[in-house]
Amino acid sequence: MAPPVTVNSINPKVIECEYAVRGEIVILAQKLQEEIKAKPAAHPFEEILYCNIGNPQSLGQQPITFFREVLALCDHPSLLDRSETHVLFSKDSIQRAWKILDQIPGRATGAYSHSQGVKGLRDAIAAGIEARDGFPADPNDIFLTDGASPAVHMMMQLLIRSENDGILCPIPQYPLYSASIALHGGTLVPYYLDEATGWGLEVSELKKQLEAAKSKGIDVRALVVINPGNPTGQVLAEENQMEIVKFCKEEGLVLLADEVYQENVYVPEKKFHSFKKVSRSMGYGEKDIHLVSFQSVSKGYYGECGKRGGYMEITGFGADVREHIYKLASVNLCSNISGQILASLVMSPPKVGDESFESYSAERDGILSSLARRAKTLEDAFNKLEGVTCNKAEGAMYLFPRINLPAKAIKAAGEARTAPDGFYCRRLLTETGIVFVPGSGFGQVPGTWHFRCTILPQEEKIPAVVTRLTDFHERFMDEFRD
Amino acid sequence: MGMKALDHESLNENVKKVQYAVRGELYLRASELQKEGKKIIFTNVGNPHALGQRPLTFPRQVVALCQAPFLLDDPNVGLLFPADAIASAKRYLSMTPGGLGAYSDSRGLPGIRKEVAEFIERRDGYSSDPELIFLTDGASKGVMQILNCIIRGQGDGVLVPVPQYPLYSATISLCGGSLVPYYLDESANWGLDVNNLRESVAQARFNGITVRAMVIINPGNPTGQCLSEANLREILNFCHQENLVLLGDEVYQQNIYQDERPFISARKVLMDMGQPISKEVQLVSFHTVSKGYWGECGQRGGYFEMTNIPPQTVDEIYKISSISLSPNVPAQIFMGLMVNPPKPGDISYEQYVRESKGILESLRRRARIMTDGFNSCKNVVCNFTEGAMYSFPQIRLPPKAIEAAKDAGKVPDIFYCLKLLEATGISTVPGSGFGQKEGVFHLRTTILPAEEDMPEIMSSFKKFNDEFMEQYEGVKM
Repeated sequence: MAPPVTVNSINPKVIECEYAVRGEIVILAQKLQEEIKAKPAAHPFEEILYCNIGNPQSLGQQPITFFREVLALCDHPSLLDRSETHVLFSKDSIQRAWKILDQIPGRATGAYSHSQGVKGLRDAIAAGIEARDGFPADPNDIFLTDGASPAVHMMMQLLIRSENDGILCPIPQYPLYSASIALHGGTLVPYYLDEATGWGLEVSELKKQLEAAKSKGIDVRALVVINPGNPTGQVLAEENQMEIVKFCKEEGLVLLADEVYQENVYVPEKKFHSFKKVSRSMGYGEKDIHLVSFQSVSKGYYGECGKRGGYMEITGFGADVREHIYKLASVNLCSNISGQILASLVMSPPKVGDESFESYSAERDGILSSLARRAKTLEDAFNKLEGVTCNKAEGAMYLFPRINLPAKAIKAAGEARTAPDGFYCRRLLTETGIVFVPGSGFGQVPGTWHFRCTILPQEEKIPAVVTRLTDFHERFMDEFRD
Repeated sequence: MGMKALDHESLNENVKKVQYAVRGELYLRASELQKEGKKIIFTNVGNPHALGQRPLTFPRQVVALCQAPFLLDDPNVGLLFPADAIASAKRYLSMTPGGLGAYSDSRGLPGIRKEVAEFIERRDGYSSDPELIFLTDGASKGVMQILNCIIRGQGDGVLVPVPQYPLYSATISLCGGSLVPYYLDESANWGLDVNNLRESVAQARFNGITVRAMVIINPGNPTGQCLSEANLREILNFCHQENLVLLGDEVYQQNIYQDERPFISARKVLMDMGQPISKEVQLVSFHTVSKGYWGECGQRGGYFEMTNIPPQTVDEIYKISSISLSPNVPAQIFMGLMVNPPKPGDISYEQYVRESKGILESLRRRARIMTDGFNSCKNVVCNFTEGAMYSFPQIRLPPKAIEAAKDAGKVPDIFYCLKLLEATGISTVPGSGFGQKEGVFHLRTTILPAEEDMPEIMSSFKKFNDEFMEQYEGVKM
């Protein structure tokens, strides 16, 4: 008698969906890591260098001290009653902890909050959004979630009724989107970013893909834009954003704006503009455009991935729809309180004049300038490799170089029954311990190959990474050159 | 340009169908009244800290230190934190790849999953594999993940107790599956009769539904009953015969208020039954840091443990977990601390035991106070709260009240609960939110209000109820 829960009988959408960021290559890397631990000489490298995932603090990035002070005090409020606390914590972190605790009923950080998140924290976030954009934000539009990803899932759940519902996604994309669409039984409608123009987003391409989908009977419901881009790193120009907003308004599409890298911009000629700001500055209000903006505590200069904090700001929806969104949020009761507090800190950090401002801004600027340097160093290193071209990382945390693999390599990959970019990444891993994610995990123009590499290894390690990578690449090309 | 994508008419139907009464109409009305200045006693959700229960000291000390590791280097840290909390924080930090701020393994930190496995082994007497334990952002997320795996479409049914905690009905709705109810017997202390199960399955199959899984909530929510070992054996045999995955929601396993039926895990009973059944029945067990005597709801910490699930299926479940990257790390540490608390001889041991016992003994007293209080009211019958955190009294509404409810366009128990709320500020959840037999009405309240407030709450309820009954019966008591 067949047991009920086998791969042949579980939800086929689960089987179908994929998520390469923690896929095959990473599983192999973990295995190799175990082997080195047991026997240090097992492989031609001392350690695995995880460049597969945007997880800054796992590679030595330090958290922002002020944020952690406040969180520790909120985790253990009885510290605030002790005089010794003033010796160990900054004055303004104590003040901020009091302020936050006063906004939580009974100062009970262990209690479920309102399903959208603690009201006082949403007020702080709304104020932060307004300060950033120059346009008002309503705390009732904000839903605090365990990271931005659950908020994305919620929207896909709402939007996708069947496989006839399509969501426009950039190619290359962060594979949360493809996975979520597959899980909810919808159809991903790809639009291609243009590698030749720094991963440019053309509205003509959006239109073309929209029409193609419609002609196949797909009801396209939303447009996902990741800005700054992941894996591609481009920061959209404001005019570009205006075209995108106009397109969504005209076509009645929900604009899903993934803005989790909004603090990661490394080039002086570009600036982050939220889609909310762009829409409002065009005179578009609630009646004109459905917009959902996602933010997270995992990226930026704070890099607090393990906390699972984030939010979505929803504007342009009727009260009846909002009720359903609230209802969905309420089934999970609420997101973790510590993550909620952190989201409010990220959106309203220390200001000029605050006691912690100088140390806070030194930490922040140190991290951001280091990220910018590492982005440049690695970009240059990739561009020096034979057959490799790499667009600049204007923002985010990744580089997405393109590799022209020789025919011999492609043949060898075929024989190994791996995609060519996966073949390259596997070899790289087994010979150097460096973990990249093959481009096929993100999508790419057919016949082109890429891989994604984070810019996160500590600055001191970068020269060693570059050397190992360069040496490997030379050997690889020697072996497979046409 | 026609209808916009997020207009109400074009929403996913499954979303529209979902109901979750715990934060539904009553709660929203109570929140409105609170804003207007009325004093509200929220007994709608199992949220102990919101009603004055204090967090245990030791775990908060440890997590605060993990949150701010720079404290560990400070020579003055011993002024504020005991040595064992400091040692514990260092130990947990060493388990992480980068402190609390780094994504962990998508299944949770291996070190903590090992602690959970050891806890399970101590509890049940059978070894548990950490590779089959996945930590999640609260048990609810785990339930949703597993149900999403099992349900392929409308043709797939899941057996759910009635009354049930509406996470199950909501999730089945969202996944597009079918809920197959089995009724608990109120007259037999909310007992589970296997014959009811058989009938429910037969009925479902007759309707073309493939029944794939069975949910048990032990101790029960909202009903509080603790399953006997005999009952668990019957259930496991039933699942074996009918090829069902058993989903064991055991989040209230620390909340036991009687001594006749202590908590026994479904896994222990399964293992006790020996082969072949112990190697064949597929079981997923759920636990949390939100309940028990910890009550750390706001942390969102939980786990599920898989038994007899094939490796390929486990891989698929792992894949789904990886899309969410990782469960939140602070809550993982809370989970570690819960399953591996201070031991005799530890500096913090006595405080830990004192705080824990205090909470549990008080909950036991409050379970009794509430049950007796409800039973002293006219037309109210209440089974004893054997476990969990709720009281689920039956309210025998007179025909005139039911009519008045109809006239007001309300389901009768919602009508009653709204009036209760307006009159007393007590915010409950109507029984219809959990499911009940046709024509039988209940409400769910928690046993969580502070002990010193209980007598007043119960007398306030009695006054309202007895007056309500008088009004609608037209007969003076």
